[in-house]
Amino acid sequence: MKLKIIISSFVICFLFSCGNSNENNNPNHIDSTKIVEKDTQSESVDKGIGPIKNVELNHHVDKEISAVGKTTFDSKCSACHKMNKRFIGPSLDLVTKRRSPEWIMNMILNPDQMVKENKVAKELLMEYISPMANQSLTEEEARSILEYFIENDNNKS
Amino acid sequence: MKKYNLFGIAILSIIVLGCSEFNKSNDSGLNNSTAEKVFVAPGELDDYYAFLSGGFSGQLSVYGLPSGRLFKVIPVFSQDPEKAYGYNEETKPMLNTSFGFVPWGDAHHPDLSQTNGIIDGRWCFINENNTPRIARIDLTTFETTEIIELPNSAGNHSSPYVTDNTEYVVAGTRFGVPVPQRDISIDKYKGNFKGALSFIKVDQDSGEMNLEFQVMTPGFDYDKAHPGRGKSHGWMFFSTYNSEESNSLLEVNASQNDKDFIAAVNWKKAEEYLKQGKYKTMKTNYVHNKYDEHTQTATSKTMKEVKIIDPAECPGVVYFLPMPKSPHGCDVDPTGEYIVGSGKLSANVTVHSFTKMMDAIENEKFDGEAYGIPILNFEDVLAGVVKQPGLGPLHTEFDDKGNAYTSFFISSEIVKWKLGTWEVLDRKPSYYSPGHVMIPGGNSQKPFGKYLLALNKITKDRYIPTGPELCQSAQLYDISGKKMELLSDFPTIGEPHYAAAAPRELIMPNSKKIYKLEENHHPYAVKNEKDVKVVRDGNVVHVYMTSIRSHFAPDNIEGIKVGDKVYFHVTNLEQDFDTPHGIGIMGAKTSELLIMPGQTETIIWEPKKVGVWPFYCTDFCSALHQEMQGYVRVSPKDSTIKLSWSLDGE
Repeated sequence: MKLKIIISSFVICFLFSCGNSNENNNPNHIDSTKIVEKDTQSESVDKGIGPIKNVELNHHVDKEISAVGKTTFDSKCSACHKMNKRFIGPSLDLVTKRRSPEWIMNMILNPDQMVKENKVAKELLMEYISPMANQSLTEEEARSILEYFIENDNNKS
Repeated sequence: MKKYNLFGIAILSIIVLGCSEFNKSNDSGLNNSTAEKVFVAPGELDDYYAFLSGGFSGQLSVYGLPSGRLFKVIPVFSQDPEKAYGYNEETKPMLNTSFGFVPWGDAHHPDLSQTNGIIDGRWCFINENNTPRIARIDLTTFETTEIIELPNSAGNHSSPYVTDNTEYVVAGTRFGVPVPQRDISIDKYKGNFKGALSFIKVDQDSGEMNLEFQVMTPGFDYDKAHPGRGKSHGWMFFSTYNSEESNSLLEVNASQNDKDFIAAVNWKKAEEYLKQGKYKTMKTNYVHNKYDEHTQTATSKTMKEVKIIDPAECPGVVYFLPMPKSPHGCDVDPTGEYIVGSGKLSANVTVHSFTKMMDAIENEKFDGEAYGIPILNFEDVLAGVVKQPGLGPLHTEFDDKGNAYTSFFISSEIVKWKLGTWEVLDRKPSYYSPGHVMIPGGNSQKPFGKYLLALNKITKDRYIPTGPELCQSAQLYDISGKKMELLSDFPTIGEPHYAAAAPRELIMPNSKKIYKLEENHHPYAVKNEKDVKVVRDGNVVHVYMTSIRSHFAPDNIEGIKVGDKVYFHVTNLEQDFDTPHGIGIMGAKTSELLIMPGQTETIIWEPKKVGVWPFYCTDFCSALHQEMQGYVRVSPKDSTIKLSWSLDGE
């Protein structure tokens, strides 16, 4: 991370200081190098970026936690997400089949960084334009929403 | 992170210097060390919060120091359509008074709460002159949360000053008035007009104010005030002019006496009399307005009584200290020993001693009395005189090294002098005619003696002109060295009458980011988009609406009729920092709303015309902000169209 900052500082320095000598100094150039760096990091399971490093799933859905998750989801998320249709954000049916539990929770808890730095989240922002809102949920609340998603997806599949 | 950025900047600078085309104009202001002292680089933060009164705008502005950048104008005594303050249903009661709804005010003196004589960053208090009131601003939300009116007062100028532990916020009255108010000839002023000194108790947990008692003193003009500090804690000092009790052409007739007074009020003694029941309960009428953060709604309550202490019947509560020539400023140094009076018409600054005052009281070194209040002998309380420091002394603040800084209105300068030796150490011009000066913490026991802000009344040629009305200004001086150094000046809103400032560490960590939806107990809040609805009750319609990036729910409403009173109750469902939404409705005669995350606000809309009228988000909220819009269909009065509402057809 620190190394990257040094490198990008150098890049920026060169780009801005002696601009006339470099014809390829468009912002896209910087972006593409960054994306390449990211890709090499996330070969395996994409857990996203944020506080959640590992989630231990329950063998069976915890109905109590799932119910709490539904309430929280209805209050804090449903203005932008429906389960069965694209709304402001993507439909959330089968989201647990598309994304890792960690990715889902990090997207809830750390959306600002996710939409800037995670490849999938960046692509979603490009498609949906409205950035995922940070609703200031606790890790516990995010976990309960994950449980609700799992239960929802179990019922679908 | 920062280190590496700096590293990058350093390299950037080297490269820039190496490119000849950028190397030509290298003598910018940034190479000047003075400019560096006030330059806060993009993305960097100021060191101090400064709260400057907005004067006749009635508001309180928040600036950063040393940069002089304006961050916020907090509406206090005047309506503000930008924030819907005084327009929305929640805050309208804040501007209620015993005279009814008053949409403006004249705010002069911000003062910060203190603990042990040190500013603590909890609340900012500010006075309103014209319809005597005091407001409390909560420094976690930067919102006005309480306004209390002061009965028997007029021209609430020597106000509001905060005691060492915020026990009281104290307010004198500039204009003597008949107490109680009555139909009386103006030339019966002498003896019939009074000056009420109000002591407003502050609850230490909630900050809530309560008018505890008033000391009913003679009808002089109580101009400025300062609480005792440290050793003089428990006393309050007020400067007076018009001890002549004149009621006309005061510029001549109130300048007759060689000396007016500093009124010294022993409020701890007054508390004892209160306990003993030696007070009169007077029937009166004033309002107390409170904003409840949980219901997010203000209420206005009419109060009917006030306790009055008569100093003639309660010996030991008030003494008069003679002070030459219509003193304006009345300032107590951080140790509490020196009481500095600035006679507007005097060539000198006169300083009294608290120790000598106590001795004079004990040994009854009196020089007559006024309305039963002892006048102490001038020579026996005098600590010293700063001789001919300038013309038109007004106000004094203090640093942490035993120095005082006095503003001079007529000779337009700041003069630094030494407490105890009374010698003048330095003088610097100000541009022009400073009123108050402010040193962060400079009226408390612990000044942060790095900066001084002069609050100027006149700017004339300092800025590009803007027609006959020119801005007023503040000027920042570095006072950390032996000599003062003028660093910058910047324009301000209204009249920057007085100011208060605190290091950012005291306030920034407590600054609220959002209102939690769970803690929103507004009666019309909607916390779940599924629960939005429109309810009719006769010709009153309540729209329970939500906003989130970037839509309103509902955004199509039909069944509204001409003549309806439509209340839009809008809850911002966002829970992220810096994500307010606004709403403007075509034809609304109130204002827009500006709703913070987790907050509910209400605006009334009274449609007069049949048609389909749009509404939209006024605060640029996201890339799809322009899409954040909706429609209300308004039908004729006798229409039978049913009330309906939807979002995306659902």
